[in-house]
This record gives sequence, C-alpha cells and structure tokens, in this order.
Amino acid sequence: MIRDITFGQYYQTDSVLHRLDPRVKLVGTIIYIISLFLYREAAPFLLALIFLAATIKISHVPFKYMVRGLKAVVILLLITAAFNMFLTQGEPLVTVWKLTITEEGLVSAIFIAVRLIFLIIGSSLMTLTTTPNQLTDGLEKLLSPLKVIKVPIHEISMMMSIALRFIPILLEETDKIMKAQMARGADFDSGNMIKKIKGMVPLLVPLFVSAFRRANDLAMAMEARCYQGGEGRTKMKPLKYHKADVLAYVILIAYLAGVIALGKLF
Amino acid sequence: MYMNIIDVSKLVFEYIRRDDEGNVEGITTAVDHVDMEIKQGDFVAVLGHNGSGKSTLAKHLNAILYPTEGTVWVDGKDTQDEENLIPIRKSAGMVFQNPDNQIIGQVVEEDVGFGPENLGVETKQIWERVEESLKAVGMYKYRKKSPNRLSGGQKQRVSIAGVLAMHPKCIILDEPTAMLDPSGRKEVIRAVRALNEVEGITVILITHYMEEVIYADKVYVMDKGRVEMQGTPKQVFSQVEKLKSLRLSVPQVTLLAHELKKSGVNLPDGILTTKELIEELKKVK
Repeated sequence: MIRDITFGQYYQTDSVLHRLDPRVKLVGTIIYIISLFLYREAAPFLLALIFLAATIKISHVPFKYMVRGLKAVVILLLITAAFNMFLTQGEPLVTVWKLTITEEGLVSAIFIAVRLIFLIIGSSLMTLTTTPNQLTDGLEKLLSPLKVIKVPIHEISMMMSIALRFIPILLEETDKIMKAQMARGADFDSGNMIKKIKGMVPLLVPLFVSAFRRANDLAMAMEARCYQGGEGRTKMKPLKYHKADVLAYVILIAYLAGVIALGKLF
Repeated sequence: MYMNIIDVSKLVFEYIRRDDEGNVEGITTAVDHVDMEIKQGDFVAVLGHNGSGKSTLAKHLNAILYPTEGTVWVDGKDTQDEENLIPIRKSAGMVFQNPDNQIIGQVVEEDVGFGPENLGVETKQIWERVEESLKAVGMYKYRKKSPNRLSGGQKQRVSIAGVLAMHPKCIILDEPTAMLDPSGRKEVIRAVRALNEVEGITVILITHYMEEVIYADKVYVMDKGRVEMQGTPKQVFSQVEKLKSLRLSVPQVTLLAHELKKSGVNLPDGILTTKELIEELKKVK
C-alpha cells in the first residue's frame, strides 16, 4: 500500500506545467484549494472541474497516476462522507435502524467528497509536475521574508528536500527488512490490529538504525562537498519568472474571479 | 616542501572506546605513525583489509577527521587549521562507499551541481561544470534522471562527477566499489583511470580489491594502522607471501605466476596482467 502513494512523487515528462515556476504552482494550488471551499454550489465546482481537467490535460501526466494517489486516502474519504451523510440534521430521506440519511446530509457528503477528491488530485498534480527540489526552492523563496524574524528557512527547505530524496530509499529498505524477516517466519499480515502493530516493532528498529547511519553518512558527504549552510550559496537553477509564469498568474486570478462570480450568481 | 599535493607526516589517530556509561574502556589507535607523500597527478592506491585504518586515513585527507598527533598537509595547507577547511575540501574531493548515502539531489544534474552551489559559483558556470563533469564520467545522457533509477556503478559515477564539478586537484575514493557488482566495479575504475590519465587529477583509491590497484603508480599496504608495504604494484605484488600474511589476496594472475615459479617455471616476480603472463610464458619455451 505504501508504494501506491504518489504524493510527493515527481512524474518526469515535459509540459508547460512542468516548466512553470514552482512559486506559481504553489500559489496556484493554494488558490485552487481556497476556490474549492468558497461556495457550496454546483456551478463553481463545475468550473473547478473544468479547470482541473484542463490542467491535467496540459500536464501530460497519465490520469491513472493521480487516481493511484486517491486510493491511499479512500478510507478517509469514505469515513468523512459517511459522517456527513448520517450526522447532518435535516429532512430525513431513508432511515435504516438508528441511522438516518438526510437530504442535507447527502448533499454535504457529496460536496465534501468532491472537495477532497479535487483537493487531492489538484495538489498531487503540483507534486507530480514539480521536482521536490524545485518545490523546496519555491517554498524557500516564497517564505524567505520570514528570515527576518530568524526562521531558518534554508535549513528547513534543505531538510525537506533530503527527506523527500530518502523516501524511496527507505521504502525499499523497509521492503527488504520485511522480506528478510518474513523469510525467518515473521508474520505481518494476520492477527488483529494490536498484533499487527506489535509485529511492526522489529521492523522499525532496524529501519531507524539504518536511517541514522544514512544520516551520518550523508552529513559527512555534504560536508566533504563544502556544504556550510545557506550563506554564500549560489543556485544552479535560480527561480526567475518568465512570460508563461505571468500568464499563469493571470489565468489563476481569472479562475478565482470566475469561481466567485459563479458562486455569487447562483 | 610543498611540492606534493598531499603530505602526511607521523600521523596518529586514536579512537577512545567507551562503555555504556561513558567510561573510557580503552584507546584504539586507528592510524599509527603513517607517513605519506603524494605527488600531483599520481594514481595512488591504499590497500588493506577491514579495520586496517585505511578509511580513517582517507578521512584525514579531507579534513573530516583531525590528527591526534602528526600533521596532514593538503595542497600545502595544514588540515588542523579551521581556516583551511573549505579550501582543503575544495582541492581534495571525496567519494564514499555507499552511493545512496552521498547523493543529495533528486535529479542527477542537481546533485552534481550541489558542490559548486556550496562554493558560490555563478549559475552559468555551474551548468558548464555540471556538463563537463558528467561527460567526463560518461553519465551526461542520464543528467535528467532520478538517481534512484540508476545502477550502483552509475550512481558512483554520478558521485565522482559531483566531486569533479568542484574542480578538485585530487580525488580520494574511499572503497567506492565495495558495494558494487563486478561490472559496476569495472565501470567506476575505468572512469577513475580516465580522470587520472586524461584530466591529470591526482587519485587516491582506497580499496581491498587487488585487481583495482594494478594500474596505480604507487601502492601503500596498510595493516593495524601502519603502512606495512609501499612501492609500485610490481614491487608490492612480487611479495606474495608477505601479502598473504597481511590477509590480503593477490590478483589471480599474479598468484598463478607465483605458484608456477615456485614449482620451477622460470618467471619474473610481480606479473600483474594476463597479457603479461602470456608474454612471459611464451619466452619460457
């Protein structure tokens, strides 16, 4: 299951979206998320759907990659929808035993489900089209005003990019340790929840040990390559706005205005 | 006296062993009075089995560890002087054993650019350096790939490119092939030899694979922190019995020649390659 999470995984291809400045994509994602939560009407959601479909189309990322990202949160999605469906007060539609589905509940369940699906696809679209390094670069640049109040932005973004770099490596390692322990009779699949969690302990210990060892090695390798913090560092890929980025900002503002207009109209 | 790129004089390094409560249990001398002189442009190999102190020695050459006693000069600079830290690390690059644990970038080219970025090189020059470094190790066509999708040998070549991009005078490779398969090992060694021969970069190769050192200009053999043997590969490998006593095996061809000689075939000492052995055997008739 862990492998199914496409969140934070870059999909390598070439598209307009890939070439956009990460700051545009970050701001764009935030605007998109805000737009989803502004209104509870069908029309703005239709616009959001069109906008999402269009960006997916120009991203050249296969749709199944985004759906794969959804799979991991399907349970969360169902629980949220169920709670909304059963616990919202209003006109009762169907009553099964003590549970009542109300009309309002059904509507709000659909809205929350659509919102969450759009949100997850929208934000995974950003991570799929932006290398984690660009992403952290973008964040570093966007948040750099915080340096004034002594927030260690460079260090945070460096930590993030290293963490992202090691996710696949640690996943592979987990897999290896799991297989090694399964070969010696460990059982990860059967038993109740508590038993399963207990079974994970012997998996976590060697994983932590090796993660610390890796961290030590990496720190040494970084030092050997003259890393000394953000001071005096230049960028191989400095962030610069191009015409396409400005255009993207214009489109984003137009989109937000469109959503607000539709929300007010209906 | 600063004619050499690396000068090691009476280097001693001690680890303090502690028990669980932090009390000193004893002192392990990892490096014991080592002297070493390495000339610019040389290909030097340091041999030794596990725990011989060769990696500890390597870490001194990059100012990651500091001597307990003695001095290490890299490019004429004392490694113990804090001010020299960055210039030393710039002139003596280091490649480590585990390829996964030394690649920082998510994309090959970004990783190679990491060193120059730290040095504050201008953007345009970083790109030039990345391109030439990747070309030098034959990894240019993989520049947009994720390091996770490369083989071990390729990852190690990326690591070498990452060091190269800092324009070092000298590269120290600490068992770069220990975690690779035979074909990956060959790939890496070929890349390293090319750097030495074409670019004239001093190479210090730390290894326990004998086959990798036969092209070296000079070989140091270490055991228990001391330099036990030194000389050209021919000089070192002609002493098969001594190498065996240091728990090191000689290349198969050398061993075969040695055994043949012992059983009466008239062969010279220190044969290193199959080709050489064939030539010599032809003469024997």
